[in-house]
Amino acid sequence: MSALAAWLLSEAPQSRRQASLGRFFRGWLQLRRNHLAIAGLAAALVLILVSLFAPLLATHEPAAQNLTERFAAPSAEHWLGTDEVGRDLYSRLLYGGRITLGMVVAIMVLVAPLGLAVGTVAGYAGGFADRALMRLTDIFLAFPRLILALAFVAALKPGIASAIIAIALTAWPPYARLARAETLTIRNSDFIAAVRLSGASAARIVLRHIAPLCVSSLIVRVTLDMSGIILTAAGLGFLGMGAQPPMPEWGTMIATTRGEILDAWWVPIAPGIAIFVASLAFNLLGDGLRDVLDPKQG
Amino acid sequence: MSGTSDAGRLPARFRASLSSLASVPITLFGLILVTFLIGRAMPIDPVIAIVGDHAPPDVIARVRAELALDKPLPVQFWIYLEHLARGDLGNSVMTSRSVTTDIATFFPATLELATTAILIAILLGLPLGVFAARYQGSRFDHAVRVVSLAGQSVPIFVLGLLCLLFFYVKLGIAPGTGQQDVLFEGMVREVTGMRVLDAALAGDWDAFWDALAHLAQPALVLAYFSLSIITRMTRAFMLEALAGEYIVAARAKGLSDARILWRHAFGNIMVPLITVIALAYAGLLEGAVLTETVFSWPGIGLYLTGSLLNADMNAVLGATLVIGSVYVGLNLLADLAYRLLDPRVR
Repeated sequence: MSALAAWLLSEAPQSRRQASLGRFFRGWLQLRRNHLAIAGLAAALVLILVSLFAPLLATHEPAAQNLTERFAAPSAEHWLGTDEVGRDLYSRLLYGGRITLGMVVAIMVLVAPLGLAVGTVAGYAGGFADRALMRLTDIFLAFPRLILALAFVAALKPGIASAIIAIALTAWPPYARLARAETLTIRNSDFIAAVRLSGASAARIVLRHIAPLCVSSLIVRVTLDMSGIILTAAGLGFLGMGAQPPMPEWGTMIATTRGEILDAWWVPIAPGIAIFVASLAFNLLGDGLRDVLDPKQG
Repeated sequence: MSGTSDAGRLPARFRASLSSLASVPITLFGLILVTFLIGRAMPIDPVIAIVGDHAPPDVIARVRAELALDKPLPVQFWIYLEHLARGDLGNSVMTSRSVTTDIATFFPATLELATTAILIAILLGLPLGVFAARYQGSRFDHAVRVVSLAGQSVPIFVLGLLCLLFFYVKLGIAPGTGQQDVLFEGMVREVTGMRVLDAALAGDWDAFWDALAHLAQPALVLAYFSLSIITRMTRAFMLEALAGEYIVAARAKGLSDARILWRHAFGNIMVPLITVIALAYAGLLEGAVLTETVFSWPGIGLYLTGSLLNADMNAVLGATLVIGSVYVGLNLLADLAYRLLDPRVR
């Protein structure tokens, strides 16, 4: 381990890979000192694992109803009790994690490339294309995210796919701005001039030489954005515009049972805690990452 | 230097302000275009929504022509703009009144809620952030950090439900949902639409305390998120300010700690803080939608979600447009404050 650490921390890396791995390792060492960030990382990992292995961990079929056992209190049989049609709350929460994380991943997959494309093209092309694309970005940035997502979902049709598209449509502008800013610093560097001199087309320069360099900062931004996306998705579900019942989406589960809060408070509150823990995990992790990468931002 | 005189030119920062003012119409136009397109992409046929499923074909055709839905899209957009210029957002199917009237009825309640929330957030957030920075690394600093991270992570509707459960149901110390007890409904003349203010204006103190009690819970819940942002940003700005050389100089002069903290350091971060507060205020509009749903607060958020569930498209688009415009306005305010007040931005 220490030999590996020494190799990673070497002041004179022998290869590009050693240098980048070393930088990564130094960041990790710094992150490790932040206990809150590590707690967040651990919670996020648990969340991901639990979602992946939900079928193994669940004690009941998440959709199995049992009308004789509605709103049962937590017991050995039902660890967190049952909901309005006697479904096992614990099992539904596990499957809910799959939906939430699945939505987050889908949104990221849509948003990051879109933002990257808009930002790098605007930054590299400059001139009119830059102004037009950035104006478009500003317009979308000037919208309140949840409100616009609500209107989009209303125009499509309430459901998971619409929610994903709606959140993605409102989430890409910061990525475009970030990618543009990165592109502006890269485009005038010597190696780009060298590539251009050797006859590479603009498309090749953007795709092969600029875009890959923007990816790492986009990934950090993604981590910072996760909790916001989790909250927006849950909010859409709560307002009845996200995943539809009987899907075990956390926000939707709260919406369908919030009227029962007087008789069985744990039924709407348990998914609420799940949303809070998921969102907090990514917030803690993102906060620690920001400290490592940009110490000035408290 | 060169022959051109600077005398006739506007100072640079005013020119910059003008250019950010000039970008507002473009942004608003984009907002209108997007809401218009969302409206046209709706799966609900507005004609059927008005005349019903069983209307004869000639009636359907006539209504379609009246609504100009038989015209090409750009023409429809132009008509939409014309109506908008007259303040006409169409009629709501749900309330069968004009959407403009509806929004004017519902908006003051949201304004009351959001303004109270931002005031709470400012009054608590600024001192928390300042002292967290002053005692950086202390237990107090860590506590503030955890509290504000939790504030950014908790779903506002869950927090609202928990508050109702504890303070209203279990402890019985807070009133339930709504803007006022039914007892006072229609008792106080509406002037501003903000119940607390109206009751105070009318001198009806029973109604005033009742309205204030109803306001407290949703306002505190809504305030928590912006409180987190304001606290974190204040702390970050203060840390930067306190590291400045002029602070060392002020210390060397023997100024008191409080004077250095509030007058020298805090005085220098007020401009960026105004920007943060304006943006946080805009963000409250989003939180208001969820908070109003939980507390049955009769604001524009409740109107929006109610119209959504009834597929009342004119109302949805009207509310979206109004909330969006306010949001754009607050963004502009944040931008202008920054440009006009900070001498370094040129």
